[in-house]
Amino acid sequence: MTTHFFGDTAVLTGRSLRHITRSLDTIITTAITPIAMMLLFVYVFGGAIDSGSDSYVTYLLPGILIITIASGISYTAYRLFLDKQSGIFERFQSMPIARSSVLWAHVLTSLVANLVSLGVVVLVALVMGFRSGAGPMAWLAVAGMLVLFTLALTWMAVIPGLTAESVDGAGAFAYPLIFLPFVSSAFVPTETMPGPVRVFAENQPVTSIVNAIRDLLTQQPVGTEIWIALAWCVGILIVAYGFAMRTYRRRIS
Amino acid sequence: MTTTHVQGPAVHVQGLEKSYQQLPVLRGVDFDVARGSIFALLGSNGAGKTTVVNILSTLLRADAGTASVNGFDVATQAAEVRESFSLTGQFAAVDEILSGRENLVLVARLRHLRDPGTIADDLLERFALTDAGARKVSAYSGGMRRRLDIAMSLIGNPPVIFLDEPTTGLDPQGRLEVWRTIKDLAGGGTTVMLTTQYLDEAEQLAGRIAILHDGRIIVNGTLSELKQLLPPANVEYVGPTLEDIFLAVVGDSDRGSSDAADSNSKKGR
Repeated sequence: MTTHFFGDTAVLTGRSLRHITRSLDTIITTAITPIAMMLLFVYVFGGAIDSGSDSYVTYLLPGILIITIASGISYTAYRLFLDKQSGIFERFQSMPIARSSVLWAHVLTSLVANLVSLGVVVLVALVMGFRSGAGPMAWLAVAGMLVLFTLALTWMAVIPGLTAESVDGAGAFAYPLIFLPFVSSAFVPTETMPGPVRVFAENQPVTSIVNAIRDLLTQQPVGTEIWIALAWCVGILIVAYGFAMRTYRRRIS
Repeated sequence: MTTTHVQGPAVHVQGLEKSYQQLPVLRGVDFDVARGSIFALLGSNGAGKTTVVNILSTLLRADAGTASVNGFDVATQAAEVRESFSLTGQFAAVDEILSGRENLVLVARLRHLRDPGTIADDLLERFALTDAGARKVSAYSGGMRRRLDIAMSLIGNPPVIFLDEPTTGLDPQGRLEVWRTIKDLAGGGTTVMLTTQYLDEAEQLAGRIAILHDGRIIVNGTLSELKQLLPPANVEYVGPTLEDIFLAVVGDSDRGSSDAADSNSKKGR
């Protein structure tokens, strides 16, 4: 059975990618909220925010990228829920295929869709004046970090996708994730926040990930922040993957 | 597909038990389905028909008892079992966003068959869907959707086909289309096991009919055997219909809930 894992995953990924190319609105909706936020913060609030950086859009972009991923992955929960509801999920399960490829197909599709959305957001940021002198290695590191974070959150999204009772339930878990960047260094430096909020902001995953990406893009020395960020991403990924697989096995046995 | 031909019944079920939490759904179900036959599992809503099908399809584990498909045990040889059957579930399990042809190609690829395009075209023709093949399934009628669903199940020529309430929710014409398809299938040597709540459907299609009630098979036989359970009443009387037999064996207490006319109200689901 495992011999078919890659072939089956490729076929099923092709299927869900086709869903995306036939309803491009999912990519547009994913990108539009972060872009609107970026416009709002740069052109409305930006003048009043002292980020300690010359270009606020450059300061803001890493956090906007995180929000893009957080809103994009809810589609994985949504698509998985629809598959389950339509019965096609059971059809796949009853066929002689590698069973985990059903989930991997959705995860890989999420990765592709999110990378496209991220690309759109970066393009808009460029138009708005975002500039980076980062070299190819730094960009590669940024891309790697975003891929890891997308995978981690997507595996998290698989759990509500499998367990939700309604479409709304499947997508609702993403709201706290979208909110998390607000209480981080994504929009304003954490130094201005009062005690407990600051402690939370400085010790939650988004801050270290945002700081690491920001340092890479602004050619600052990255220091230990990048390792903390990596540890968060890998940690969330492992835990989410474990829970998702456990939920899946319970569903299908 | 590599299905070794195994002797014995196509489906063998013995002492099958399954409970959901405290609620026992199956309480010792036994039946066999002979190769190449059409077998109907008849029962009212909630009788446990889908539970039986899901256990046979390796989607659900039984609490007790054994079940085998094509000679392979569903618990210990799940992979071989999955090579041996196709499931057409209660709701047409088709991909709405893809076209009919793409749905067929998808299944052919997942069954690791060569030339999925030709397989898809052949099935579209066989099921009178050639003209609709390039259209999105979301634009299909209920009957077309069901036909596509069954066509997807035939890919790879599995020796056994499970059809869980294949005509629930279809209009009379769609129903006739599906009946014809099922008869053709059995004519070609495929073993068909279907569940239904429609008595006339079992009567029309099945060589053997088993009535599942309260978690047990209470009657199992050919239509004429079932008819012998009730003596023909008067001379003018044509003889008992399956409906009479059904109501007689499941008991009067169920008259309200298992009446055939009642099933119409469930069509809207």
